[in-house]
Amino acid sequence: MSEGLILSDVTLAVAGITLIDRLSLSVAPGEVISLMGPSGSGKSSLIAYLCGALDRQFQASGTVTLDGVCIDRWPIERRRVGVLFQDDMLFAHMTVGENLAFAVARGVGRAERQARVAQALAEAELTGFTNRSPATLSGGQRARVALMRAMLAEPRALLLDEPFARLDPSLRLRIRDFTFAMIAARGVPALLVTHDAQDVPGQMLDLGQPNPRF
Amino acid sequence: MRNAVIVRKGNVLAPVPAVVFALMIGPILLGLFGTLLPAFGYHPALGATQWSLAAWWALFADPSFATALRITLVTGLGATLMALTIAIGAVAALHNSRAFVYLKLWLAPTLAFPFASFAVGFAFLAAPSGLIARILSPWLTGWQLPPDLLILGDPNGVALLVALTLKECLFLILMLVAAEGQSQGDAALRSAQTMGYVPTRAWLVVMLPQLYPQIRLPVYAVLAASLASVDIAIVLGPAAPPPLAPLTLDWYGQFNAGDQMKAAAASVLQVFLSIGVVALWWLGEHTVGYLFCGIISSGRRHGVIDQAIGWIGVIGAGAALVTATSAILVLLLWSLASSWTWPDALPQAISLSTWRESGATLAPLVGNTVVVAVATSVIATGAAVLVLEAGIGHPQRRQIGILYIPLLLPQISFLFGLQLLWNWLLLDGTLSAVIFTHFLFVLPYVLLVLSEPYRALDPRIAITARALGAGQIRTLMAVKLPLLMRPLAVAAAVGFAVSVGQYLPTVFAGAGRISTLATEAVALASGADRRLAGVVALTLTALPFAALLAALIAPGDRAGDRSASE
Repeated sequence: MSEGLILSDVTLAVAGITLIDRLSLSVAPGEVISLMGPSGSGKSSLIAYLCGALDRQFQASGTVTLDGVCIDRWPIERRRVGVLFQDDMLFAHMTVGENLAFAVARGVGRAERQARVAQALAEAELTGFTNRSPATLSGGQRARVALMRAMLAEPRALLLDEPFARLDPSLRLRIRDFTFAMIAARGVPALLVTHDAQDVPGQMLDLGQPNPRF
Repeated sequence: MRNAVIVRKGNVLAPVPAVVFALMIGPILLGLFGTLLPAFGYHPALGATQWSLAAWWALFADPSFATALRITLVTGLGATLMALTIAIGAVAALHNSRAFVYLKLWLAPTLAFPFASFAVGFAFLAAPSGLIARILSPWLTGWQLPPDLLILGDPNGVALLVALTLKECLFLILMLVAAEGQSQGDAALRSAQTMGYVPTRAWLVVMLPQLYPQIRLPVYAVLAASLASVDIAIVLGPAAPPPLAPLTLDWYGQFNAGDQMKAAAASVLQVFLSIGVVALWWLGEHTVGYLFCGIISSGRRHGVIDQAIGWIGVIGAGAALVTATSAILVLLLWSLASSWTWPDALPQAISLSTWRESGATLAPLVGNTVVVAVATSVIATGAAVLVLEAGIGHPQRRQIGILYIPLLLPQISFLFGLQLLWNWLLLDGTLSAVIFTHFLFVLPYVLLVLSEPYRALDPRIAITARALGAGQIRTLMAVKLPLLMRPLAVAAAVGFAVSVGQYLPTVFAGAGRISTLATEAVALASGADRRLAGVVALTLTALPFAALLAALIAPGDRAGDRSASE
C-alpha cells in the first residue's frame, strides 16, 4: 500500500506566488507518472523539493513518503532519490568508469564495485568505455552513462527533469525506451516532468489544472 | 516552511561564515580597541595608567602635525581623483579599440606588482640620478653631475601623488573592465552612437552611470589606501614631515610613553579622517551625479570636456603602463650592473655578481616571504571555499561590505592594538602572528576572486552528486573542488601576491624581528646600495608574477574550465 513514492498535499510557493497547490499523487514501483506544464509552472521546483535541494526562498508544505517512510526532513544524500536533468551532468574531471563508481554505495569492496560498473556498462552497450573521458562521448552515450550512474546508486525513486529534451529526435526515442525499460526492470517509481506530450509513457497529470488529485 | 529547516540542517557548514567573519572582524575590533586605550592615556606597558587627553594635545601641538595632515589629504585625495579620472577617461576613449585589448592583457600582471617594489623602481627612474635624468643628460639638460633637486621626497609629496596615481589607475581600469563585463552595455552604446554621440561621450553618458555604483567600493578602498599608504610614502614621500601614516609609524618606533600615545591618538584620528574623506567623496559623487543629469539630457553629442577626459585617460594609462614596465627594467638593470656611472643610460658592465654575493641576504628574506605567503594563501583559500560552500554563493551587498572593512580602515589604526594581542598571546614577532595578520588583508581579495566562478558552477552538478549518495563534504572534495581547480589556483595566487606585498602588517606583527622582501626593499630604498636594492625589489616583484603565471599555465582539466566559466 505505502510502497513507492507518495506525495500528500504538497504546496510550493515563492514570493507569495503558489506554484504547486496541494498536489497529491502516488507512484508505484516500476511506474512512470508524468507531470506536464509550461515553463514556470513549478515543475523543476517540485523536482528540487522532492530530492531535497529546494532553494531557501521557497516555502513548502505537505509530506513526501518513500516506501512508507517520511523523507521530508532528510538531507539530499540520505533520500536515495535519483535525479536526471536535461543535461547529463557527468563529472567532466572523471572518466566514465569513475563517474559510475562514484554512485556505487561506499561500503562496497573494490572488486565488487568494478564488477557493478562493468555490468552497468554492458547493459548500456558501452563495454570498453571505462577509461574514456565523458567529453569524448556522443550525446546518446552520455545520456546512457548518466542513467546507469543514477541506477548504480540504487535509488528508491527516480526524478526525471525533461531528460530527453536536449537529445536529437532520432536518438530521443531510443534513449526514452531504454530509460523506461530500465525503470520497469528495476521496479523504481519514477516521476517525469516535461512539456512535451511525446515523452509521456503512461499516466499524465497536467499541472495547469488546479488542485489535481489521483 | 519546513523545507527551509531541512536545507539548513543538511548544511554542516552553516556556521562557517559567521566564524570566518568573526576571525576577520574580531581582531580588527580588538586592534582598534587596543589603539584607543593608549590614545586616552592608558598604556600600562610603558607605565601610563592615567586617563587623559594629553596625547591629543601633544598630537595637535606637534610642529609636524598640520603639514603632515595637509600632505596626507592632498596626496590621498589627489591621487584617487587623478587615478579615477584616468581610469574613466581611458576606458571611455579606448573601449572599442584594438589598444584596449592590449591594455586589458597588461592590466592583470601589473596588479601583481607590489607597492614597495613599484616605489623602489619609480625612485630609480625619477631620482635626480635616475634613469630618466641619465637618458636626458647631458645632451638636453646640460647636467654634468646629478642635479641637486628634490625630485623624490619633495616637501609637497608630488612624487608620492604621481606614483600613487599611476599605480592605482590600473587597478581602477581593471575594476571598470570587470564591471563592464557584467553589464549588457554594448547595444545601448551602439544605439547612442547611431544617434550621433561620439564614442567617448557615448560611453560617459550611457555606461559610466551604470558602472560607477559597481566600482564604488573599490574606489573607496583606493581612497583609504592612498590616505594611509606607508611603504610607498616612506620611499617616495617627503621626510620632514612625512604624511600622517609614516609619521605615526615613526612615533610608534620611539620607546617612550609620550610618543607612543601620540601615535595612538594619530591612529585613531586617521580612522575618522578616512571616514570623513570617504563621506566627503560620497557627497562629491552625488554632486557630480546631479550635475551629470543635466549633461546627459542636454542632447549634446560631443564636448570639450569629454575629449579632455579621454586624452587624460589615454596619456595617464599609457604613462602607468610605461612606468610599471620601466620600473621593472630599471630594477633589473641595477641588479645586474657591476659598474654604472653617471650619466650613462646603461651600465658599463653587466654581471651576476650582485646576485651571487647577495645570496646569503636574499635566502632568509625569500624564505620568510614564501612561508608566510604560502601559509596565508592556503588558509585564506580554504576559508573562502568554506564560506562560499556554506551558502554565500552570491555575496550580498552587506557581506561584500564586511569584506571591505580591512581594506577601508587605515592599517596603522588597528595594527598597533593587534600587536598587544599578539604580545599577550606570546606570539609577537613570530611567523604565526605575521601569517594571521596577513590573513585579514588576503581573505577579502581571495573571496572576491573566487566568488564569481564558484557561483557560476552549475548547481545541478552538486545536486546530482548528492542525489547519488555523496554527502556535502564528499561532493565538495571529489566533485566541486576538482572542477574549480583553475579558479582556486588563481585565487590562491592572488592571495600569495597580496601577502608578498604586505609591508606594514609585517612590520607590526613581526615586531621588527621578521624581515621579508617587502620590509627589506623599503629599508634598502633609501640606502646607498642600489644594486642590492635592485636585487631585493626585483625578487619581490618576481614572486607574485611567478605565482600568477603558474596558476594560469598549470595543466588543468579543460572540461572543468568550461563548466566553471559557463
